[in-house]
Amino acid sequence: MKSIYLDHAATTPVHPDVVEAMVPVYQETFGNPSSVHQFGRKARSILDKARRKAASSLNAHEKEIVFTSGGTEADNLAVIGTARANKDKGSHIITTSIEHHATLHAVEFLETEGFDVTYLPVDENGHVQLEDIKQALREDTILVSIMMVNNETGAVQPIAETAELLKDHQAYLHSDIVQAYGLMEIDVKELGVDLLAVSGHKINGPKGVGFLYVKEGTVLSSQQYGGEQERKRRAGTENVPAVRGLQAAIEVMEANRSTYQEKYLHYKRSFIQTLKDQEVAFEVNGNEETTAASIVNISFTGMNVETLLTNFDLSGIAASSGSACTAGSVEPSHVLTAMFGPGHPKTTNSIRFSFGLANDEGDVIEAAEKISQIIKRLA
Amino acid sequence: MKEPKDTRVVVGMSGGVDSSVAALMLKEQGYDVVGIFMKNWDDTDENGVCTATEDYEDVIRVCNQLDIPYYAVNFEKQYWDKVFTYFLDEYKKGRTPNPDVMCNKEIKFKAFMDHAMSLGADYLATGHYAQVREKDGHFEMLRGKDNNKDQTYFLNQLSQDVLSKVMFPLGHLDKKEVRAIAEENDLATARKKDSTGICFIGERNFKEFLSEYLPAQPGRMETLDGEVKGQHDGLMYYTLGQRQGLGIGGAGDPWFVVGKNVEDNILYVGQGFHHDALYSDGLMASEANWTSGKAPEAPFECTAKFRYRQDDSRVTVYPAENGNWKVEFHEPERAITPGQAVVFYDGEICLGGATIDTVLKEDTALNYVG
Repeated sequence: MKSIYLDHAATTPVHPDVVEAMVPVYQETFGNPSSVHQFGRKARSILDKARRKAASSLNAHEKEIVFTSGGTEADNLAVIGTARANKDKGSHIITTSIEHHATLHAVEFLETEGFDVTYLPVDENGHVQLEDIKQALREDTILVSIMMVNNETGAVQPIAETAELLKDHQAYLHSDIVQAYGLMEIDVKELGVDLLAVSGHKINGPKGVGFLYVKEGTVLSSQQYGGEQERKRRAGTENVPAVRGLQAAIEVMEANRSTYQEKYLHYKRSFIQTLKDQEVAFEVNGNEETTAASIVNISFTGMNVETLLTNFDLSGIAASSGSACTAGSVEPSHVLTAMFGPGHPKTTNSIRFSFGLANDEGDVIEAAEKISQIIKRLA
Repeated sequence: MKEPKDTRVVVGMSGGVDSSVAALMLKEQGYDVVGIFMKNWDDTDENGVCTATEDYEDVIRVCNQLDIPYYAVNFEKQYWDKVFTYFLDEYKKGRTPNPDVMCNKEIKFKAFMDHAMSLGADYLATGHYAQVREKDGHFEMLRGKDNNKDQTYFLNQLSQDVLSKVMFPLGHLDKKEVRAIAEENDLATARKKDSTGICFIGERNFKEFLSEYLPAQPGRMETLDGEVKGQHDGLMYYTLGQRQGLGIGGAGDPWFVVGKNVEDNILYVGQGFHHDALYSDGLMASEANWTSGKAPEAPFECTAKFRYRQDDSRVTVYPAENGNWKVEFHEPERAITPGQAVVFYDGEICLGGATIDTVLKEDTALNYVG
């Protein structure tokens, strides 16, 4: 049976250039970058180059890059790190009800420490409204955290506009750009953000690595205790081979970003068109025009997520509901719940398909045809 | 007849040793095996620990050892509506329900069976100790070979249609053999303790659990002659023939629950294990299912069980009004309990079963039984 991977928002295949870049590091450069001898220096020089690359990819300075174990740690560090370090300036945090759990659970934790959190609603297309941000903003707001592209629906959020809104306000602006980074050109100077979280494995890089952009002057406390790595902002020996892999992934991404974006958008359209041609009952959740190229979230009327995903997998098609599981069974998506309201059928009959490097057009159409057959059989 | 490799069998996997071995045996026989875990109840505690999560972890580990795909399905809502609501309603009526029989009927062999079929399965398999025998397109359910583990009592509501689509790979094995197979194959669940009690209550205190859902109404404990012997904590906490927890001291034989009066909230007690009031010679039952698909020519003689893991007793079964059945015992029986199942056997064949409604003595209903 042929396998077709339509879950690139969960993770992506590692690009061959990335593997090629990492292998010699494992083979030859095992030194600890903090060591004061030649082995250490060799490793440190790999880190420096990667850091420069990560910085330049965002038009940032290399001192503004903190390597982490991935997107979750970067989000945690941004949210908890700034909140705790800026307690004297206020205790109010604004975020959205559609954030990734790396952010949501971090602010929920902060609530237990006495912080006051506002969770912004979204409209039925999954977009945060600027007016709501304006309304929620208080004098004692210290942090606003809004993701750039939602991981379940692909809905693009107004980050630059939010930054504009906060220009004369003390609050820091953090954005989880895990899903956006691989497809959109991001310039921190133009955008006006203070913190950005990035993950390596969502851009065809290795797992276990990511970074946080921290604008010069941002006050943030380390969340791990140990050595003085990453200029005291993230203790622990750096994962040098993975950081080297991340650099290679950024290089591949920069060289191909616009091609990839066009390609994935084309896949998405072919996929939707095929479902339409097959006369399957479905609705796209969110507005296609304001959604990232690689993600589409589809509601299959009258169906059930668990039955669909299991059937898809047994037919070789990998997709996901994008939301949390308990004991393997799918809970209604918090993102779709925010869009449509609790108990809405779309919260339990929607599937996220996300396109990427593992696909070609033939696969995508074949997958849509197989899916159509399954839907018709179950209907 | 399809080849095993073209035959998809969905195995209901609980994370226990029985269903693990069931999956292993089917895999070894060459079937296209798919493991599925059912989540019927959420018992997440204040520390975020949930038995279902732990059990599903075991399912994953076993399925990876067997190299079969695994999934989960959530039937919490159906379980609540069909099994738990019934469970509480029965207690409210002063009866002693059997949620396992209902779970098999409504969830495992209905909702879950439908789910398996929607995945293109040819069969649904479980780790129950029971056997299915086919004769010219007709299916019989036989007791499991391990008499001590036989679970046909709980499966008495299965229909021909269901029996034509189920597999019980452990039916011809002893529990010891099942453990041994798990050990030999180094299955992750080989040494896992068997679960006990009602699945959604688990290891918790039954009384405490029930009190979260039903208000307890304490009342008088009396003999059938009206002599007050003390206070009870709520009728639902007691079952017929029970000795523990009455707290009646004094001389003579120990005291037992012999009946309930739901209307006046009285618990009847009597002295001695063999108290006369605990004995009856017949019962009326409803909700009958016959595994063959049609009721036997009645009246007929067979053996019956009135509770799980009890020796069979000889009975004669008569049809009664409104599709109910009357069961006459050849010897008096102790502590027949309304709400429990009466299950009929012809030798090794499980004929079916019904729910006990009233208990009879000399053709008269024993009102004090509840």
